[in-house]
Amino acid sequence: MKRPPNVQNLVAALVVAGLLLLPIYSLLTGNVFALTLFTRIVILALAACSLNLIMGYGGMMSFGHAAYLGIGGYAVGILAHEGIGSGFAQFPAALAASAIYALVIGALSLRTRGVYFIMITLAFAQMAYYVASGLARYGGDDGLTIYKRSDFAGLINLSNRVQFYYLCLACLLGTVVLIWRIVNSRFGLVVQGLRSNEQRMQAIGFPAKRYKLVCFVIAGTMCGLAGALLANNTDFVSPAMMYWTRSGDLMVMVILGGMGSLFGPVIGAVVYLVLEELLSQVTEYWALIMGPLLLLIVLFGRGGIMGLLASRS
Amino acid sequence: MLLVVEQILNGLQFGLLLFLLAAGLTLVFGIMDLVNLAHGSLYMMGAYFAATFVAWTGSFVLGALLALGATLMLGIVLEYTALRHLYGRDHLDHVLATFGLILFFNEAVRLIWGPAGLALPLPSWLSVPVQIFPGIYYPAYRLAIIVVALAVALLLYLGVMRTRVGMLIRAGASNREMIGALGINIKLLYTLVFGLGAALAGLAGLMQAPILTVQIGMGENILILAFVVIVIGGIGSIRGAFLAAIFVGLIDTLGRAFLPDLLRQVLSSAAASTAAPALSSMLIYLLMAIVLVVRPEGLFPAVRR
Repeated sequence: MKRPPNVQNLVAALVVAGLLLLPIYSLLTGNVFALTLFTRIVILALAACSLNLIMGYGGMMSFGHAAYLGIGGYAVGILAHEGIGSGFAQFPAALAASAIYALVIGALSLRTRGVYFIMITLAFAQMAYYVASGLARYGGDDGLTIYKRSDFAGLINLSNRVQFYYLCLACLLGTVVLIWRIVNSRFGLVVQGLRSNEQRMQAIGFPAKRYKLVCFVIAGTMCGLAGALLANNTDFVSPAMMYWTRSGDLMVMVILGGMGSLFGPVIGAVVYLVLEELLSQVTEYWALIMGPLLLLIVLFGRGGIMGLLASRS
Repeated sequence: MLLVVEQILNGLQFGLLLFLLAAGLTLVFGIMDLVNLAHGSLYMMGAYFAATFVAWTGSFVLGALLALGATLMLGIVLEYTALRHLYGRDHLDHVLATFGLILFFNEAVRLIWGPAGLALPLPSWLSVPVQIFPGIYYPAYRLAIIVVALAVALLLYLGVMRTRVGMLIRAGASNREMIGALGINIKLLYTLVFGLGAALAGLAGLMQAPILTVQIGMGENILILAFVVIVIGGIGSIRGAFLAAIFVGLIDTLGRAFLPDLLRQVLSSAAASTAAPALSSMLIYLLMAIVLVVRPEGLFPAVRR
């Protein structure tokens, strides 16, 4: 597909360039903190992109997306705790566990729609949260420290900040490309058709639920990858990773950036987390500003940042 | 036997509290079509107001009444300034905007009352056990919660089913545009319903406050339980919310109380004590999953609009 360069693509390209060059800036200025912050941002942007796949393109408003962060994270944490340190075992396990969870939850939740779906995904994520809190062997409420990051047999060293950052960034960009391929494929078009009119699609003969479920599982698996990376980033997993406010954060990133735009969630994640960081440096009570800000964004900023850019161009 | 009766009463009491919360949530959803995540914040504010006013006036009842009035006012202000602009918008917008409100309320509470929790001491006349059956004692305060919540449920039922305002509320739930066209001040009605929902949430919060600590985020866990209740009961149905709330309250309480012992009968003691806490907190979500598989619209769906 050939498109004329517009403001949206320009901004997306600038953000990618900025993310690619960030470690160099960090090395030159010795600002380690920026690299740590942006590693987290890149990982959460990956999670937000996966949420955008079901929310923006599929019309499935999942409020329990952080559960996959926790499941992916716990897969890494539990295997590391049991002495299996190889990333070749940990990462596939994280993806598989997220996929299975998404399959079960999706099969149940997709029986409902609209606000029921929002509440049910929320409740299931909360269930996952309580299950993790009940895992006495793996730290329960207090969480589990990971003493050694995933080991990729010398291929890449996750304990090296720069290498780890580039791994996360590669995963993010790979996911964005994958989502781009998905939404422009026949499958993706069917899913988007289901978002705009499910009855009509069903009448044409598409098995609506099956398409939606597959989309749901793909998104869950992608977010499981983010969870595995996040666990490696913090060297720690705890039930708090899947607390429902984290699901809310992910939703905010998607909406802020622009739901249903390919690169919107990445920009949303960068803006949201940088804003959070800046506000928390100004005042300890940053949420006092962030909360009403969200309200204003919802009331006046439809379509998110990407929507705003599109209307300018 | 003694334990069973006590736990059933505890479950009933918890279920009724859930009902107070779920009733407001389901009313607001049924009539204004608004998903209000900040409902749990109103519950929290009710508890904080009560702790403050009781300490201030020195009287539990007076403090509780003041707190109730304060939550009602807060609800009305909240509706007037913020939520009013969300009617007719996408549900996702509601979720996000009220999520922002939760952040705001939690932080505001931290700023005003500090990060540490508050305690709300009970007056002596409520902290004695009373004999309910020969030989069976039950804390007077928990009994008072049951009585108050049942009375409120009855009043709510009579109010919605037997009064003129209740009739308007029901009419608003079944066809909003029509009653607006008939000359009813729909904005006022919405504000009223939202205030009522807020007061119910505040009542639940202030009654729960002496049993638990008053702390930041206390409304969030119970809010999710209230969601489970209204999903099981059918969104928009007060009757469904009532039955589902009691059901959920009983299952949750009895599960936590007796599941460990039951598991110990079939599993080894060590395995049982690991599995029991996780399983008992999962119980109501499993219940919800089963209900959804059998009846995706909930057990008692409200009449279709």
